[in-house]
Amino acid sequence: MATQNSRSAARLMLAPAVILLLGWMLVPLTMTLWFSFRKYLPLRGGDQGWVGFDNYVRFVSSSSFWPSVQTTLIIVGGVLVITVVFGILLALLLDQPMWGQGIVRILVIAPFFVMPTVSALVWKNIFMDPVNGLFAHLWKFFGATPIEWLSQASVQSIIMIVSWQWLPFATLILLTAVQSLDGEQLEASEMDGAKPLQRFGYIILPHLARAITIVVLIQTIFLLSIFAEIFVTTGGAFGTKTLSYLIFQRVLESQNIGLGSAGGIYAVILANIVAIFLMRIVGKNLDA
Amino acid sequence: MGSISLKQVTKSFGPVDVIKPIDLEIEDGEFVVFVGPSGCGKSTLLRLIAGLEDVTSGHIEIDGNDATTIPPAKRGLAMVFQSYALYPHMSVRKNIAFPLKMAKVDQAEIDRKVDDAARVLNLSDYIDRRPGQLSGGQRQRVAIGRAIVREPAAFLFDEPLSNLDAALRGNMRLEISELHQTLKTTMIYVTHDQVEAMTMADKIVVLRDGIIEQVGSPIELYKNPRNLFVAEFIGSPKMNIIKGAAAEALGAPTIGVRPEHIEVSKTKPKADGAWKGTVGVSEHLGSDTFLHMDAEGVGTINVRADGEIELRHGDTAWLSPQVSKIHRFDAAGMAA
Ligand SMILES: Nc1ncnc2c1ncn2[C@@H]1O[C@H](COP(=O)(O)OP(=O)(O)OP(=O)(O)O)[C@@H](O)[C@H]1O
Ligand SMILES: [Mg+2]
Repeated sequence: MATQNSRSAARLMLAPAVILLLGWMLVPLTMTLWFSFRKYLPLRGGDQGWVGFDNYVRFVSSSSFWPSVQTTLIIVGGVLVITVVFGILLALLLDQPMWGQGIVRILVIAPFFVMPTVSALVWKNIFMDPVNGLFAHLWKFFGATPIEWLSQASVQSIIMIVSWQWLPFATLILLTAVQSLDGEQLEASEMDGAKPLQRFGYIILPHLARAITIVVLIQTIFLLSIFAEIFVTTGGAFGTKTLSYLIFQRVLESQNIGLGSAGGIYAVILANIVAIFLMRIVGKNLDA
Repeated sequence: MGSISLKQVTKSFGPVDVIKPIDLEIEDGEFVVFVGPSGCGKSTLLRLIAGLEDVTSGHIEIDGNDATTIPPAKRGLAMVFQSYALYPHMSVRKNIAFPLKMAKVDQAEIDRKVDDAARVLNLSDYIDRRPGQLSGGQRQRVAIGRAIVREPAAFLFDEPLSNLDAALRGNMRLEISELHQTLKTTMIYVTHDQVEAMTMADKIVVLRDGIIEQVGSPIELYKNPRNLFVAEFIGSPKMNIIKGAAAEALGAPTIGVRPEHIEVSKTKPKADGAWKGTVGVSEHLGSDTFLHMDAEGVGTINVRADGEIELRHGDTAWLSPQVSKIHRFDAAGMAA
């Protein structure tokens, strides 16, 4: 897009998409902002006018607020660490020439196509059920007392379920990056005396930095708002109440739209803080 | 020390025999060039020596010790790849220092060696840049720098200049030759550019389809090619190959005459044996003129004539090959 002409044409062509996207984002955001300053209880008197920052103050001073922020960050962080670490390992493994490569790759991608609700139910009932679950049987086989996953290790369980869903995505992106690594660089480092671990640390990992950045950024966006997995498994109990789950409870269970909206705005702020933070740490990988 | 010897080395990729049994002796300090057409196995042979590929059978000895199963890093050889294979996320300094760092050399020593190498290769001004910010020639020099700091027993180059433009290629050719003069280390150099082969080599190894066709100094190969393939491959422009009656008249089923060994005259010479021909294309290069002639009863003949010769398309001229410089080949294409 070099010339003045093609640039303005491009702008014209892009305009509808940009306007649509803006509307898409701005309308709900503005509505949320609007409601967050009103006292709105649908079953208890409806919209009762402006209340200033009341909703905001109430949302933060609730005893569930800080724990929910903490849970959100723990779940997001845990899933990121697991998916990136195992994603790299799987990508390196899948890059090796082996028999049935195509099928294995499809199988690895498969969990991504399972709906969150379904996969959470599968995990809950088939794997984590304290009486009939596979894990319970496994524990019993070794003579141990089965863990009641969703109550004793609730946050870990949710991290496990969500990681299982997102691992394929991370693996896929990282695999394409691994495949784009110039083989001669590895050979050169081999001749330079780098051992396998050093080749990984000095050559492969830096090469993957950009892909890892992308995985982290995209996953963070989606993970901040996970909901179905919690709804289906613990219902927010046992310390698994994330910020988005708390908002859901405020709006639907307490029927307080104003309070929920204020929570929504907090969620937006939290997401932005996390995003800026991530951009700071990893964003420099993107412009290299 | 860097003498390398290959004993009955072969390499197959599945059913394909890429290297047929090869024996080769490379003396310490020699500059050996592997040439041959594309796909003849030059890179494969180099990678076998480097240890990046396992031999299918045979032995590789470095300094008299069997190195066949020794891993690449322990062979004490350094390789410069065609794509340079620089580490893109490291600065020039870190790239050059990498092999030393892997060898756990102490930092002061690393700094000293890297600075030396950078000075020798004129890289001091770029030492903190990333490879992506360098020109092709500079990248090439970084790759060489990374090789020389290791003080290897031998350098292996795989078509190191093929990504450079003609002028730079000429420069780098000189620089590598000078480096060889200074370091006096064994160098094995793969190319399909026969100018590089002729100008740089102490010893040329001509390969075809995984077989060594001939080994010798550039002049030896130029003067006494062992067969038609080598005769045609070495020398630029290519040797003229003549068959049939015109060849029989000179005493062999096939003869070869280099373009520079043919005299052109506008008038019929007194001596017998001149071919009469018509000028097709004439390329005036200033110092030389390359004439593509259509000679009666002989076929197309390329001639390298004087730069000032006044011959144009369609002119008639007589060609007299220098009898003493004619190469004669038997029916099987071997030098007679
Ligand atoms: N990993 C491999 N698997 C199968 N065949 C291979 C492999 N590497 C090389 N070959 C084959 O071996 C032959 C020699 O390859 P090589 O790369 O040594 O050629 P080369 O002489 O270096 O050619 P060029 O001048 O084009 O670089 C080719 O026919 C090639 O197809
Ligand atoms: Mg090659």
